[in-house]
Amino acid sequence: MPRYPTPANAPPKVRVVTLRINGQDVSAREDETILSVAVDHGIRIPSLCYLEGLTAWGACRLCVVEVAGIPKLLPACSTVVTEGMVVETNSDKLKRYRRMILELLFAERNHVCSVCVSNGHCELQNLAAECGMDHVRVPYRNAPYEVDSSHDFFRVDHNRCVLCTRCVRVCDEIEGAHTWDVMGRGVECQVITDLHTPWGESESCTSCGKCVQVCPTGALVKKGTAAGEMEKLGDFLPYLTQMRGKQ
Amino acid sequence: MPRTIKISPVSRIEGHAHITLHLDDAGKVQDAQFHLTQFRGFEKFCEGRPFPEMPALTARTCGICPVSHLVASSKACDNLLSVTIPVTAGKLRRVMNLAQIVQSHALSYFHMSSADLLLGMDSDPKQRNVFGLLKVDPQMARDGIRLRQIGQTIIEMLGGKKIHPGWMVPGGVNEPLTDEKRQAMLSMLPEGLEIAERTLKSFKGLIGKFPDEIKYFGNFPTMYLSLIGPKGTLEHYDGHLRIKDAKGGIVEDMIPLDEYARVIGEAVEPFSYMKFPYYLPAGYPDGIYRVGPLARLNNCDSCGTPIADGELDEFRSQQKGEPVSSSFHFHYARLIEIIYALEKIELLLNAPDILATRIRALARGNCNEGIGVAEAPRGTLIHHYKIDDDGLMTWANLIIATGHNNLAMNRGVKQVAEHFVDGTKLQEGMLNRVEAVIRCYDPCLSCASHAMGQMPLRIQLINAGGAVLDELVRD
Ligand code: SF4
Ligand code: SF4
Repeated sequence: MPRYPTPANAPPKVRVVTLRINGQDVSAREDETILSVAVDHGIRIPSLCYLEGLTAWGACRLCVVEVAGIPKLLPACSTVVTEGMVVETNSDKLKRYRRMILELLFAERNHVCSVCVSNGHCELQNLAAECGMDHVRVPYRNAPYEVDSSHDFFRVDHNRCVLCTRCVRVCDEIEGAHTWDVMGRGVECQVITDLHTPWGESESCTSCGKCVQVCPTGALVKKGTAAGEMEKLGDFLPYLTQMRGKQ
Repeated sequence: MPRTIKISPVSRIEGHAHITLHLDDAGKVQDAQFHLTQFRGFEKFCEGRPFPEMPALTARTCGICPVSHLVASSKACDNLLSVTIPVTAGKLRRVMNLAQIVQSHALSYFHMSSADLLLGMDSDPKQRNVFGLLKVDPQMARDGIRLRQIGQTIIEMLGGKKIHPGWMVPGGVNEPLTDEKRQAMLSMLPEGLEIAERTLKSFKGLIGKFPDEIKYFGNFPTMYLSLIGPKGTLEHYDGHLRIKDAKGGIVEDMIPLDEYARVIGEAVEPFSYMKFPYYLPAGYPDGIYRVGPLARLNNCDSCGTPIADGELDEFRSQQKGEPVSSSFHFHYARLIEIIYALEKIELLLNAPDILATRIRALARGNCNEGIGVAEAPRGTLIHHYKIDDDGLMTWANLIIATGHNNLAMNRGVKQVAEHFVDGTKLQEGMLNRVEAVIRCYDPCLSCASHAMGQMPLRIQLINAGGAVLDELVRD
């Protein structure tokens, strides 16, 4: 019998589990994901749609890992650790898959890095370099996508969008405006503002610019930027989430 | 029976080009056409893109003179922003544009043409290239490489990249110059000038060997078009347009840049993808004019820098006030311009405000139409854009230097062919001269990589029925 009884609203006790990642024994809280444990232990797992401070989405599949005893690949961003788990993050098979995912992303829309405002500061481009994707083996779709430049300060270029939904999540979860949504299926899929009205006419958008800052590519950018000029503030989100949590 | 000689592809220039020479029954050249079958449709794929992307996008039209496109495009975008850019930004852009003139002219003269001049037009084609040059005149070859390097290093120091620098942006430039870089640039200039003067001296010594070439290399009366600075000085970045006639009289002066369409018309011919610009009031094809180094030197009253002005006086000394009309002298003009550019860069870098940090005017699209004009190494370059209210491109027109010279190039080929091509036999040397006249204009049709060495050359002699009578292949 504890001396002081636990109050009814106290957080439940979390257990600590031990697991193995790439041959390295690590311990973690049982409610953590493989990705966050790996990050805590300095193990790099490539990811694109995941962003610390937002709920995990599991859309891009770049963070897939192999877990012993489970026949399919699991997304590290949304798989919770278990006791005794044996994880492999960088096998040849995973490298092949990641490369193919990136090739498909590049082939799906129109990425012309050399003239892109995000050239040199782009997460997609960096991932391609990291994963050794030096050319695309599937045919490019070359389908033209629209550019919406109606907003006073920002622009969306769907040619560069990878449908990671970071914009949708940050706008909903952090700003609370829920301006962004996803419309359509398959290759028709597209992020939209206010039920598909031009961004400049959106009544919900507060022009805070968070979506622009979290967008990993040159899809959401500040207006007026020329090639290579769009640098994003990478680290503001965890800080913002933390500070808001303290309120 | 009329016959056709086809030279295809033209070596040591860019793009997919060939020449057809139409012969009459007596085997004399009746007509000549310089075909360009390359088509990039650039104007089309600009549509729908945000206008601030245009400098980088259009710089991609060309690997030899991306800087010129950056300048013209940035200026057109300044127009769209409706801003006057900070003075320092204008000076810095000028430095880069002049450095581009130095490196491009050096490439044209040393790498592409000096072999013809030093080794002779009839020399062994296997030797008649930059490697052959290295054997007979290693100093000249080294000079060429170094001069080009100086121009490129300045571009790289300013823009962070040799090719396609993204430093020039709508409203100015995006990084100020540091004193360290300024000093480094200044320290290279005396060596550059020394090389340029030495080369010009050697060129002047060679002129006597080419009386026929000077006479027949596109030596015909045309008008000349170029930018002109305040007080009639040589100008590559801003100012007004000036048009002179074949006798050196001013046809039109002080033409504001945004009125280019009032003086320049663009004709289309079925045999080439390239348009044929002409002086509108004179009609087509009488409105033939030339642009580029020769046109600029013919048009200006003075260079405005001491050494170049001395050379300009000498260049004009035999002319009795008339323009220098032989296209052969594009080379001469290029060498004088290199000297001018190096002198001018020095002046600009020594300007007291060159290190200022106010270098960019920030604004959004404030009007729907913008025009930017600059002098590229090869001549006047015009970018004309239209945007919608959101700043997306709806229309673009680019008139490139090689385009302006299109009519003159065709006429030049005909003139050379008439004199040097005898329809009964195909000789290496005579065909090389036909190509050389095109190279005088330094046409820039794609990328620079083919500059080294000899490209394969295929000549066909075709009769009226289309049958190949004779063929000459050079690998
Ligand atoms: S968004 Fe990134 S990957 Fe796509 S074109 Fe721009 S720089 Fe390249
Ligand atoms: S716009 Fe940017 S943040 Fe939004 S889904 Fe596309 S890539 Fe992701």
